[in-house]
Amino acid sequence: MTREETLNYLNAEAKKRILILDGAMGTMIQRRGLSEEDFRGERFKDWPSPLKGNNDLLSLTQPKVIEEITLEYLHAGADFAGTNTFNSTAISQADYGMEELCYELNKEGAAIARRACDQVTAETPDRPRLVLGSLGPMSKTLSLSPDVNDPGFRAVTFDEVKEAYKTAVEGLIDGGADLLAVETIFDTLNAKAAIFALEEVFDARGYALPVVISGTITDLSGRTLSGQTVEAFWNSIRHVKPFAVGLNCSLGAEGMRPHIAELARVSDTLISAYPNAGLPNEFGEYDETPEMMSAQLGEWAQSGLVNLLGGCCGSTPEHIRAIAEAAAAFPPHEKHEVATAMRLSGLEPVNLI
Amino acid sequence: MTQSRATFVNIGERTNVTGSARFKKLILNDDYEGALAVARSQVENGAQIIDVNMDEGMLDSKAAMSRFLKLIASEPDIARVPIMIDSSKWEVIEAGLKTVQGKAIVNSISLKEGEGPFIEQARQVKRYGAAVVVMAFDEQGQADTENRKVEICQRSYKVLTEVVGFPPEDIIFDPNIFAVATGIEEHNNYAVDFINATRRIKQSCSHVSISGGLSNVSFSFRGNDPVREAMHSVFLYHAIQAGLDMAIVNAGQLAVYDDIPKDLLEPVEDVILNRRPDATERLVEVAEKYRGEAGAAKKQDLAWRDWPVEKRLEHALVKGITEFIEADTEEARAKSTRTLDVIEGPLMDGMNVVGDLFGSGKMFLPQVVKSARVMKQSVAYLLPFMEAEKEASGAAPESNGKILMATVKGDVHDIGKNIVGVVLQCNNYEVIDLGVMVPVSDILEAAKREGVDAIGLSGLITPSLDEMVTVASEMERQGFELPLLIGGATTSKVHTAVKIDPVYNKGQSVYVLDASRAVGVVGQILSKEHSAGYLEGIASEYKEMAERHARGREKSERLPLEAARANGFDFDWSAYTPPKPSFLGLKSFEAFALEDLVPVIDWSPFFHTWELTGTFPRILEDKVVGEAARHLFDDAQKMLKQIVEEEWFHPKAVIGFWQAARHGDDVALLDEAGGEITRVHFLRQQMKRSKDRPNQCLADFIAPAETGVVDYLGGFVVTAGAEVETRARAFKEAHDDYSAIMVQALGDRLAEAFAEVMHARVRKEFWGYAPDEALTNEALIAEDYQGIRPAPGYPACPDHTEKPELFRLLEATDRTGVELTESCAMWPASSVSGYYFSHPESGYFGVGKIEKDQVLDYAARKGMSVDEVERWLRPNLNY
Repeated sequence: MTREETLNYLNAEAKKRILILDGAMGTMIQRRGLSEEDFRGERFKDWPSPLKGNNDLLSLTQPKVIEEITLEYLHAGADFAGTNTFNSTAISQADYGMEELCYELNKEGAAIARRACDQVTAETPDRPRLVLGSLGPMSKTLSLSPDVNDPGFRAVTFDEVKEAYKTAVEGLIDGGADLLAVETIFDTLNAKAAIFALEEVFDARGYALPVVISGTITDLSGRTLSGQTVEAFWNSIRHVKPFAVGLNCSLGAEGMRPHIAELARVSDTLISAYPNAGLPNEFGEYDETPEMMSAQLGEWAQSGLVNLLGGCCGSTPEHIRAIAEAAAAFPPHEKHEVATAMRLSGLEPVNLI
Repeated sequence: MTQSRATFVNIGERTNVTGSARFKKLILNDDYEGALAVARSQVENGAQIIDVNMDEGMLDSKAAMSRFLKLIASEPDIARVPIMIDSSKWEVIEAGLKTVQGKAIVNSISLKEGEGPFIEQARQVKRYGAAVVVMAFDEQGQADTENRKVEICQRSYKVLTEVVGFPPEDIIFDPNIFAVATGIEEHNNYAVDFINATRRIKQSCSHVSISGGLSNVSFSFRGNDPVREAMHSVFLYHAIQAGLDMAIVNAGQLAVYDDIPKDLLEPVEDVILNRRPDATERLVEVAEKYRGEAGAAKKQDLAWRDWPVEKRLEHALVKGITEFIEADTEEARAKSTRTLDVIEGPLMDGMNVVGDLFGSGKMFLPQVVKSARVMKQSVAYLLPFMEAEKEASGAAPESNGKILMATVKGDVHDIGKNIVGVVLQCNNYEVIDLGVMVPVSDILEAAKREGVDAIGLSGLITPSLDEMVTVASEMERQGFELPLLIGGATTSKVHTAVKIDPVYNKGQSVYVLDASRAVGVVGQILSKEHSAGYLEGIASEYKEMAERHARGREKSERLPLEAARANGFDFDWSAYTPPKPSFLGLKSFEAFALEDLVPVIDWSPFFHTWELTGTFPRILEDKVVGEAARHLFDDAQKMLKQIVEEEWFHPKAVIGFWQAARHGDDVALLDEAGGEITRVHFLRQQMKRSKDRPNQCLADFIAPAETGVVDYLGGFVVTAGAEVETRARAFKEAHDDYSAIMVQALGDRLAEAFAEVMHARVRKEFWGYAPDEALTNEALIAEDYQGIRPAPGYPACPDHTEKPELFRLLEATDRTGVELTESCAMWPASSVSGYYFSHPESGYFGVGKIEKDQVLDYAARKGMSVDEVERWLRPNLNY
């Protein structure tokens, strides 16, 4: 499909039904029990630092594994294949000394998802599958000081964050991404730098891809880690005119529901949601079964809250299958107009209505 | 609040260095904790948005903006509200935008520089996800009439929505609130213009908001808060109905509309709505009644005259009233047995009150100087009586001590020294002032003859630093033990500790920061109990400072001269034709009208001279110094009027243009046949720079000889006139130091204004490369124009010794009467000289520290000895 066809398909299909996102990549990789040697592969066998845990690197060293997982999700009913690029920015890859590989990680990550999507689309041509390029958060953040004694200190600058995202975006687009998702946002300023990067790349290329913006509410009070309420967050990022806005990760479905409802109320675009499979237990595992999770998300669908639905940490192809089935019966959230007004924010919204 | 709509937004204005002296002081003192407290209290008091502005010359505004906003980010009780990032500099705005996670407002952008930069900045603002204030300002200037306001806003709207794709709901127009009731007829309709424009803009540009800075409207009534508050409320009442959505407001300066007394409301509405031709006069009349404190003081005027004479003298001293001083002095004298008792009794009591108030920050320098004038006139009246009595008794008034003061050889600047002198006199020190350009021998002779208790040296230009060292070593040689006080603009504690203190061991040298410290320092030095301890403390502090300096003087890393040259300003001369001046050679200006200079005066430095810090005109409203500033400003206006009407000064100028070609870091001036007349020598920055920042040298803005491109350099000398000095002397002789300092301060301002006016004419007319330039006074002060006028001895070309050649070329002494001293200071001091550069990318910079390699190269180029170059450029040496 051309970019225009993709967009038309997305817009038309989003009016008809709830679209299904995939589930966790990390959880599925963990299940494979890969060794340090598997992570290194031939290419990085002499890399000076340990590489186990650098999941994104598997796009280069174990592309088959990633492609298999992606295919599992698509076969389970996902419309979108998220790319294995959650940590593929120079700032996050600095932990492994792999800053220079970021473009390649993103391009290959997108290419794997592209192959999987094309394969499944060929199997069911009436249901094209789309590549959702993942732009994850970073290990360094722009609104918070890592030094409690120096609240004015920042470990990174806006321009560094922007440049890091820019490289990632270029790679994702060159690898074949259909949409881009800035996800698991816990500091809105990092997300704004990502948006700035996106716009610069779109501007230079002369075309834009649909963008999904997905924040993370870190506690039950309903704020991001950097302190914003859901509506303040929406006011901060709505200038990118996202295809969808939503929340992911962190809370399980139960904790996320009121905030998704709030976002659906204040925003004038599509709503996406992919919570964790519950809250982690004392072993760091997620306990919610596909039945439990799909029952809750099915209720969201029934209430007309969402357009894009999937799972985050702890979710598996079984979860996605159950969610897709539960959501199929219900019409999607209808995006609504909001009054045209200046909508500012600090940690809280100020709307000049 | 007055008439408030649910949506009317108050924008807190206290976290603004240009609007709040207190906030500025906190920021300048690096007290960010205190600054955060200001922000917090605004939010607590209901500001829905806070405006943050760091535009201050003494500040790295970009860094300050970034730091303050980062600190706010970690204070949830402040960070909950949106930020208005307020700056006239795009880079400061951008630094702010990179720091806020919320959706902020940029304040402001405009069409001032044309559509290109406007579109580019608007695109960036959009990309950062902020709303924007757009000023009604275009290439022609700031909009004043209704139609211009509407036209510019409509044009801006069209560009923003159609070209940039800016969301219309994120546009806030500021159609400029200007002062009404100024007495100038064209201003009468300004409020109506704003209100009508607001209505029309809201009708024609859907979804936009309108904002404005409220306090401007009532500017004519500064000092009369009840009237100002009424004007603000009335203005808001009508403007909000017309569609005003928000305003930058000092919430303390708003009356409740319904509470405005009828007899005030009507004339205020007449003025705001321009309802009758005599509206201003009528309001001025009514305003008197509401003059609050000032009105009360007027009634007291009569009251204090009934007080006992001692009380009256004290009152006159504290308030600076000379009107009755002779009569009161005579009355006191007639009552007392000895004339001296008047001085030691009521006069000293009064001055002690003044000293206490000044010391505790309740009085400011201009008021103190006024008090001194009262004191001096009283003493002058008493002197003949004392002379007569002295013959009889031999008694003399007991002073706290005797201080000798002088501006050193080669330097003519003495405003600061005069102020220190007056302040010391107010505190009952006897001051012997030797004036300016005083050679070391005269200073030391006078010190011995008068038996002084301390010597104070002052200087403004860099060569004076060396002269002070000379004085100190001579004192050592002659066995002086007196304390030596050092002050003036170029002096510093480090210089005193490192250069002066080591050569003067028999006595102690002491650096004095400003006039307000002088009394404290002198008091300690001359105190019988504390002197020894105090001086010991200083001695050890300086010793340690000098050692630290010698030890730790890690030279900041410099580039070799060749590397610095290789990273010079890079410009494609083949694609550029320098503009040709309308004439080559010289042009004199003898009968320059003073009234043309008055509107161009940059007042902020005037207040700094008087140690009142703040930006004009906001300083007049300042909570702390506002009242002192207003009175000072009124007095200045009065004298300025006299200066203009009675033609006290005769400003003169000469300008010249020459064909010029760059040879390395020199510029050769050529005659019309292409023969070389002379060379002007410049210095180059040697600090380590990133690739995109060149190591600048003024010569870089002139086309290199080898390109064959014909280029030009200009030069100028302007002066307010030697009459400034004669007037100042006459005032001093009449015991009126206040007026003496005032006339000098005004002379300096007029000279600067003259330089500004000449530069504008050069750009528009004589060089003519910017014929259509239309700039406001603010834009002039902000140097928003093409081309520069750097002065020898200042940061871009720090070598004073280039001045004599410039003067020779311009025949400056013949044509303007301005002379150079042996230290290359200009006399009269109210003069400005410099070069003109036309290059579109020319800008001001500081050469900073330079290395020995450049000094050797420069000495060779100039044909001067290395020693001499090092002596003149000492503050710039990195070794």
